[in-house]
Amino acid sequence: MTLYEPEELVLSARAGTPLSEIEKMLAERGQELAFEPMDFGPLLGGAAGRGTIGGTLAANLSGPRRIRAGAARDHILGIHAVSGRGEAFKSGGRVVKNVTGYDLSKVMAGSWGTLAVATDVTFKVLPAAETETTLVLPGLYDDAAVAAMALAMGSSAEVSGAAHLPEMVAAQVGEGALAGGAATLLRIEGFGPSVDYRVKHLREAFGGDARFDEISGDRSKALWRAVRDCLPFADGSQKPVWRMSMAPSEAHKAIMALRMAAAVEVFYDWAGGLAWLRMEGEPEAELLRGLIKKFGGGHATLVRASVADRAAIPVFEPQPPALAALSVRLKEQFDPQNILNPGRMG
Amino acid sequence: MPTPDAATLRRRAEIIADMRQIVPGEGVVDAVNEMRAFESDGLTAYRQLPLVVVLPETTRQVSKILKYCDERDIRVVPRGSGTSLSGGALPLEDAVLLVMSRFNEILEIDYMNRVVVAQPGVTNLGITRAVEDDGFYYAPDPSSQIACSIGGNVAENSGGVHCLKYGLTANNVLGIEMVLMNGEVVRLGGKHLDSEGYDLLGVMTGSEGLLGVVTEVTVRILKKPETARALLIGFPTSEQGGQCVADIIGAGIIPGGMEMMDRPAIHAAEDFVHAGYPLECEALLIVELDGPGVEVDHLIGLVEAIALRNDSTTCRISTSDQERLSFWAGRKAAFPAVGRISPDYYCMDGTIPRKELPKVLAGMRSLSEQYGLRVANVFHAGDGNLHPLILYDANKPGELEKAEGFGADILRLCVKVGGVLTGEHGVGVEKRDLMPEMFSEADLDQQMRVKCAFDPNHLLNPGKVFPQLRRCAELGRMHIHAGKMPFPDIPRF
Repeated sequence: MTLYEPEELVLSARAGTPLSEIEKMLAERGQELAFEPMDFGPLLGGAAGRGTIGGTLAANLSGPRRIRAGAARDHILGIHAVSGRGEAFKSGGRVVKNVTGYDLSKVMAGSWGTLAVATDVTFKVLPAAETETTLVLPGLYDDAAVAAMALAMGSSAEVSGAAHLPEMVAAQVGEGALAGGAATLLRIEGFGPSVDYRVKHLREAFGGDARFDEISGDRSKALWRAVRDCLPFADGSQKPVWRMSMAPSEAHKAIMALRMAAAVEVFYDWAGGLAWLRMEGEPEAELLRGLIKKFGGGHATLVRASVADRAAIPVFEPQPPALAALSVRLKEQFDPQNILNPGRMG
Repeated sequence: MPTPDAATLRRRAEIIADMRQIVPGEGVVDAVNEMRAFESDGLTAYRQLPLVVVLPETTRQVSKILKYCDERDIRVVPRGSGTSLSGGALPLEDAVLLVMSRFNEILEIDYMNRVVVAQPGVTNLGITRAVEDDGFYYAPDPSSQIACSIGGNVAENSGGVHCLKYGLTANNVLGIEMVLMNGEVVRLGGKHLDSEGYDLLGVMTGSEGLLGVVTEVTVRILKKPETARALLIGFPTSEQGGQCVADIIGAGIIPGGMEMMDRPAIHAAEDFVHAGYPLECEALLIVELDGPGVEVDHLIGLVEAIALRNDSTTCRISTSDQERLSFWAGRKAAFPAVGRISPDYYCMDGTIPRKELPKVLAGMRSLSEQYGLRVANVFHAGDGNLHPLILYDANKPGELEKAEGFGADILRLCVKVGGVLTGEHGVGVEKRDLMPEMFSEADLDQQMRVKCAFDPNHLLNPGKVFPQLRRCAELGRMHIHAGKMPFPDIPRF
């Protein structure tokens, strides 16, 4: 870490700094990376806590709080990088409000190392919430859960996490806290008195007689870490896992159609807009992508699969011709000899 | 600005006729007296009549216009509502001015997904107006929100007083449809989050009309906070005001809005709107907290204690919405208030690390003496965005140039302390030549290469943002070491 000024809400680090080190340092000052970057380690059969801050940017990581606070792209303030041409350049700065020149920091977010190698990154940091409580609505089917999450997101309770775990998935998280059926989770974070008030407000929004369980403190944190890191599918297998982003109201419709043709385990984050899918057989890329188009668009990334499947299937969502051509032209402007992570993107 | 292309100027009549073919009816304006309305934007010191003004109504028309111009090497300047403060929409003599104001419809309000799909000419406030009866709003609120268009907001990555808590345009736009200079129509994002490929939406936001023309915008809307209350706090020095801001944030509080004014700005505002501002203080801070009532009350108490610890001389807490709005009245009228005490003023827009505020204010005071011009400051204290207003008289020979020199020195100072040239107004024409203060040649070359991916012939809004234009082929030059070409046997043309 090269700079950390808590009162200025800013942190700079060399790209290879471990994320865990950064998060520890921030926690000591009651701050955090508000976009809640996920840890792919366990899902991919590795250890947890091995990511770097540069990788966080390259993969544009985020977590359940994506729906309120954004992803890495929304918190990156500036970068130093070396392009595929071997030329060092910088973009952005260390302040939040900055429109000086094109935002090349954002281009680096989610570029998976194909454009340039980041050497230094500067992120906005924010105060961590004082406390959190999760409301659990038991026993909802996917469509009712999506409607409940939309109601919660449309209330003034400032919900900072909205996930739905169908029965099979719910049984595997929270050390049995959710056993006995599907669980729809609504997280409320903030100052103590405010959290109490908003929990009450949310209960009222659902009508006084709705059944809720409440999970607070460290148990709530553990639950959301499981959702964030896709732990229900961290099973040590190579079964294909898709990460699919669609309009929150549409994703479950595509999945209902998919279930007619394929065996799949699913759970939802982002109020229904993010679906994690574990295929019990083939990846079914064409089928899934056809359904995404049919239900209003979005994208699916094959984040886990056998080597053979990953070689045979485009892991990123294919783009329409004009957009694909534009992406290729952008790649050429950063890395004309195609030496950076060749074969991926652009 | 780039030298006007004589061939294009000669073909003006033919181009106008062809534009009328593409946009029938009243969508093509070529009479000089009618084009006057479009000769400048919010940076009124610069004026230029365009070749012709075209106001398309459909994406198809925009596509045809751009393709036509691309094939014939005709320059195009896109324009939203024309409220840019940096000359981003300044016309060029040999360029078609593409005005997007007839794209003025809200296409969809989707509460289930909490998004609004709008045409780019809809005003920023128009989006909030369309959803406020249902308790929702669109968060970024640039002060020109009554007039500025959402398409223009995308081009400039507009902010506003609430952006520390709620983000800039880039954090609130989910998708766009845009037309490239070659006429191709592409969609980026939509109602879903994140991109399947490169974050081109992130590049487009704040690209100042140099990469493409936005024809549709999808934004996220939020539920309006239950309550908002404000504190009006006076300090004997700007250092104490600045320390109070740092302590509030250090305590884990992110206010909805946090604004500071210096003594000249306080006095100008008070004389104009009689907001009841304390006149003896050097720095006045407005802190607005929003959210559930119980949270706001809790935080008001914390902020008040922090203010007292920093030796505040006055601290008023709003007890009604009317009182809260009266605190804001002076701040919101700061620009016209300064307009009353000076024939002209020049509004700057640097951002600095907050802790450098006392140093930058002191630097500005000595520059003010050096240039013999007064300056008043309003400051988005939460995010470090500074708006010095330089007072001058355009009728006095040489005074505009002096004001511009003063402004450039202020921005150099911002960069020197770790800040940037522009926080929210854009580079445009105004700060173009200062870009090398912040960026090296390699930095600027890489930015221009991005431009080459979108518009290789530099036809879209040329002369803005970049201090010098280089041909894309030139930027793609190979590094030749010791006279040896890489891969010498590959034919090159």
